[in-house]
Amino acid sequence: MQVFVQFIKDGFQSATKGNFTYHVWMATLTVLMLLGTFAYYIQLRDGLVVTGMSDKVSWGLYISNFTFLVGVAAAAVMLVLPTYVLKDINLKQAVLIGEGLAVAALIMCLAFVTVDLGGPARAWHLIPKLGYFNWPNSMLAWDVIVLNGYLFINITIPLYILFHHYQGKEPNKNVYLPGVLISVFWAVGIHMVTAFLYAGLPARPFWNSSLLGPRFLASAFSAGPALIILILSFIRRYTDYKIPNTTLRKLALVTTVAAQINLIMLISELFKEFYSPTHHSQSAVYLFFGLHGKTGLVPWIWSAISLNVIATGILTFHTLRNQFRWLALACGLLFVAIWIEKGMGLIVPGFIPGSWGDIVEYTPSLVEIMVTIGIWAMGAFIFTLLVKVAIPIELGRVRFGKRE
Amino acid sequence: MLFDLFFKTRKPVEEDLPQASDGCGSGNCGCKKTPEPTTAEPDGYDMKLGKTMNRRAAFRQMTAGLLAGAGMVQASCSATSTGDKREEGQLKWEEYFKKNYRLMTDEEKSKTVERLERLYEINTGKTINVSTNGAVENVLYGYAFNISKCQGYMDCVNACVKENNQDRSSQMQYIRIHEMENGQLNFDDADDNYFHEVPAEGHFYLGTQCYHCENPPCVKVCPVGATWKEDDGIVVIDYDWCIGCRYCMAACPYDGRRFNWQTPEVPEEEVNHTQHYLGNRLRSKGVMEKCTFCIQRSRNGKNPACVEACPTGARIFGNILDPNSEIRWVLENKKVFRLKEDLGTEPKFWYYMD
Repeated sequence: MQVFVQFIKDGFQSATKGNFTYHVWMATLTVLMLLGTFAYYIQLRDGLVVTGMSDKVSWGLYISNFTFLVGVAAAAVMLVLPTYVLKDINLKQAVLIGEGLAVAALIMCLAFVTVDLGGPARAWHLIPKLGYFNWPNSMLAWDVIVLNGYLFINITIPLYILFHHYQGKEPNKNVYLPGVLISVFWAVGIHMVTAFLYAGLPARPFWNSSLLGPRFLASAFSAGPALIILILSFIRRYTDYKIPNTTLRKLALVTTVAAQINLIMLISELFKEFYSPTHHSQSAVYLFFGLHGKTGLVPWIWSAISLNVIATGILTFHTLRNQFRWLALACGLLFVAIWIEKGMGLIVPGFIPGSWGDIVEYTPSLVEIMVTIGIWAMGAFIFTLLVKVAIPIELGRVRFGKRE
Repeated sequence: MLFDLFFKTRKPVEEDLPQASDGCGSGNCGCKKTPEPTTAEPDGYDMKLGKTMNRRAAFRQMTAGLLAGAGMVQASCSATSTGDKREEGQLKWEEYFKKNYRLMTDEEKSKTVERLERLYEINTGKTINVSTNGAVENVLYGYAFNISKCQGYMDCVNACVKENNQDRSSQMQYIRIHEMENGQLNFDDADDNYFHEVPAEGHFYLGTQCYHCENPPCVKVCPVGATWKEDDGIVVIDYDWCIGCRYCMAACPYDGRRFNWQTPEVPEEEVNHTQHYLGNRLRSKGVMEKCTFCIQRSRNGKNPACVEACPTGARIFGNILDPNSEIRWVLENKKVFRLKEDLGTEPKFWYYMD
């Protein structure tokens, strides 16, 4: 117990000490979070009327970001399997970072769902027993379970491992391996459940597709590792944490295959919607070409597709992928492309045209954008803290009873 | 300044901030926090006053934002010294922790009704009557709409708004009347927002609203069970249980549901005081609502307001289990059809022509 208290104290020390750039970074994030909090206060005071959402397009930027981030959270843990179970040590350095990313992404997910609620004060109605939990009928109830469960797993496993390394001990495999195995299946689970949340609605033909779940997985396993590659490149450049080239190469391979599968699925969706368009293809028509002069999402989706194709092209050629500059570029493009495609490009067209064919477009309001930036800043803040604490422990610089 | 931009047209803040020292001492509110401005209910403050705000106040508001999840807690710590305010806080506190309506015992139902009626009296000085009448056995409500008769007068829409206390500021309406060109039943080309003399030459009219499906997709998806189908087939919402996630809205194929994007406003003199817990009682910001077949009327043997208001007799309502009812006669003798039947929702809302 005493050791744990010291662990927390040392962790706090690591987190609060840093060079000037670190403090500027954290201060910037804090300011963004405060602005987001202020915007959220306005939303609480006046109601969701301050957002761009309406009775016609009743989900917007918040739920879009939520959907995308579930993918990031899920992908992070797919690195875990080869490391802990297949004993592929090349990815070991990536795992703790990946789990940290999963924690940050999940907290952002929960935050995005919360800010989307009309009555966050009544959110306790979701707590089983205390409230009324419509499980197993509601996919949202499933989502509450899987997201919180996943968060729990991803906090406890790294905590256990770090706490042992902190004491200079080797963690007991029999304790954490079962947890690791569960988390891998759970990662697929959170993504499928989130896809089912949309796919289970016959009222919205754009989402009501059996490909939605697999497509979620493919895009997640390209965007997630892409982000991790960027982060690892950054970490190995600016810290002493050694990340071998092979780690990045392996991750790049995962990203490439997933991005290729994602493109194939995109083509199959496009074929189905446009070879013989029906009334149910109207949303896709709106998304890609606009409907009755309303073209709000057209530039977005074509940017996303261009970025996606370029990135996948770069990744597909070994000579390009193996040069880290090209790899970083491809990862950046891919991340943005999937953020658009899985976010606004998926959620908003589900509501357009409306149930009776009316076309009402959606543009996020200033308040909505500020809250969104605030939550992303919070995610970055949490992730930075976690990494800042984990790296010195992993490097052996911070140990119980000793501190450099 | 950014802050000014946000606050220019908003309600007063500084004056309304309760001081930390007074109030909160009633012993029954259980709150030791500094009372912040109410973020949940307007609480009778005059909302018409416009006021700008300085930066310090704005920062204070930011902290209030952090605490706003506990909005009701703050509301219960009302700082004014009058007994009414203290009682109001106490009542709101108890209301906040009440159960899902379906899990309430009869005693708990009458308690919450008492609280709601008392709260309204404190706030307005007027009395309301909130019913909790349950479904009658062997009753299943159904609705039929005669496309040949409807002339698009919209009397049903107005009667509905008045009867059901819908938000006037956002002009919320449960019913939509679609003006369609003769020769096709096509919603894509229909106009549901017309402003001209009706009936327009070469057009016919078709109304949509909540269809009270036998297999309602909205009920299935609600994560907290705040909406359900009653035994008489009416799909209802517990307004105090809804968390406002709007999943039901995404699941409804008929655009039957409405959301309170802001605090609904109904002038007191226009409020319908004869209410039902699951029907037309006043809603708050951030919850769903929709047509309930005027549950406060239908369960008392009356027709819904839209049926009563229709000057052409295009709307028929009744118990489809009663072989002598008018609705039953329509279903048996007219060629009826329903919309989007392929979705398997089994609406209890039919259309027919003469």
